[in-house]
Amino acid sequence: MLKNIMVMFSYTFMTRALVVGLLVALCAALLGVCLVLKRYSMIGDGLSHVGFGSLSVAMALNLAPLAVSIPIVVLAAFWLLRLSEKGKIKGDAAIALISSSALAFGVIVTSLSGGMNADVHNYMFGSILAMSHGDVILSLALSIVVLVVFVFFYHDIFAVTFDEAFAQATGMKVRLYNTLIALLTAITVVVGMRMMGAMLMSSLIIFPALTAMRLFKSFKAVILCAAITSMLCLILGMLISFLFSIPAGASVVAVNLLVYLLFCLAEKIRTYL
Amino acid sequence: MSLLCCQDLCMHYDSINAVCHVDFSVEEGDYLCVVGENGSGKSTLMKGILGLLPPSHGRVSLSGLTQGEIGYLPQQTQIQKDFPASVYEVTLSGCRNRRGKRPFYTKAEHCRAEEMLCLLNIQNIKNRSYRELSGGQQQRVLLARALCATEKLLLLDEPAAGLDPAATADLYQIIKNLNQNHGVTVIMVSHDIKSAVEYGTKILHMATNVRFYGATKDYIQTEAYSQLAGGVRNA
Repeated sequence: MLKNIMVMFSYTFMTRALVVGLLVALCAALLGVCLVLKRYSMIGDGLSHVGFGSLSVAMALNLAPLAVSIPIVVLAAFWLLRLSEKGKIKGDAAIALISSSALAFGVIVTSLSGGMNADVHNYMFGSILAMSHGDVILSLALSIVVLVVFVFFYHDIFAVTFDEAFAQATGMKVRLYNTLIALLTAITVVVGMRMMGAMLMSSLIIFPALTAMRLFKSFKAVILCAAITSMLCLILGMLISFLFSIPAGASVVAVNLLVYLLFCLAEKIRTYL
Repeated sequence: MSLLCCQDLCMHYDSINAVCHVDFSVEEGDYLCVVGENGSGKSTLMKGILGLLPPSHGRVSLSGLTQGEIGYLPQQTQIQKDFPASVYEVTLSGCRNRRGKRPFYTKAEHCRAEEMLCLLNIQNIKNRSYRELSGGQQQRVLLARALCATEKLLLLDEPAAGLDPAATADLYQIIKNLNQNHGVTVIMVSHDIKSAVEYGTKILHMATNVRFYGATKDYIQTEAYSQLAGGVRNA
């Protein structure tokens, strides 16, 4: 076992994927707590689908994937946020429409420009080989920004997440915070989706928050627990993926699900004690 | 001294004239109840007072306090019902307007949060989770948060919505106590006309424009009151 782990780290692509994965998992967990609590979970899902569409277009036109995807997904994030702010049910349905439309668009573009190939499959379900040196730098920069925001604006983030009306009445720029969260989520999704897969990325945002909320009752504890479990699940998922040669994205999601179920069980046990 | 003054205030909401030519003022120590039927502009007026919606005509002026210093008690949202937050975290977030650009709360602000928890008699549950509390306790917590933001003016939006009768009576007693013994001026938007005339010293009856504005003892003799109260009885 230990030997296998040593072998795992001897591959550069593996260490790279692990570093990017850990940083993305951390960012996704922190942002995810806000998104889930504000009932914006669907935004994460919608964004990864839009991301898939934009990656397909970038590939068809032979452009750099990140340079195309980041602006498109950021724009989509702002748009989805506005939709969600307006009406609850309408916004929800609109996000589902946008998700599937972006996916359909991506598939059409791909098939017109040479058919489904290995790259498209990788975008859908993720590949740890996709991580480059540039991704390491980008995810490092992203996680520094996210951490700074969450440390220095922690109390503001709490106030805006808990009660927008009150926050606004006490003079806070609620919209600015929502936009910032949407922007950071968009970048996290784009960086993470090539490794996790467009279909699986949203679980990295949603699972840690839900898991932490099962056992912890204060905002601070939920945030810390989400960040820690998210990173642990990622390491474990990658390890399992390496040992059993299964796709990393799926394996990480499976570990997340398992941990979630364990937390549910722990919650049940606690209520009976 | 007049704490808040609305002069010829008009406001649009979704391109409808929701508030038309409203004049009233709130003096220090007042307990003003804003009543009226659904769609009479109560909520829009409140947004105007809080500075969340701009007036299309006229103005809202505050003296002795800034807009951020109004202690606002909004209606509970679905989001809050299962929000993982401790009572203390929620209360402390009321000190936001004192903090300015500092990223963290000072000791004085922590003390203030503790004080308000004591004032509302909920210091014993400060580490409990907000989502596990009863409706009445949740309102106390939100009231403590609002008091962290203000010493002078509380603005309450349907504070008794969704509470059982015992919790409602309890909440009105707390508000009355704050008003009479702690010098807090209260503006309460309410559907509950019976409690409004029981506790309020002044009434503002909205029907897009002002249907009645004045002392409660004068209000109960008007036709506006009997119509609204009758409507409640028949409902």
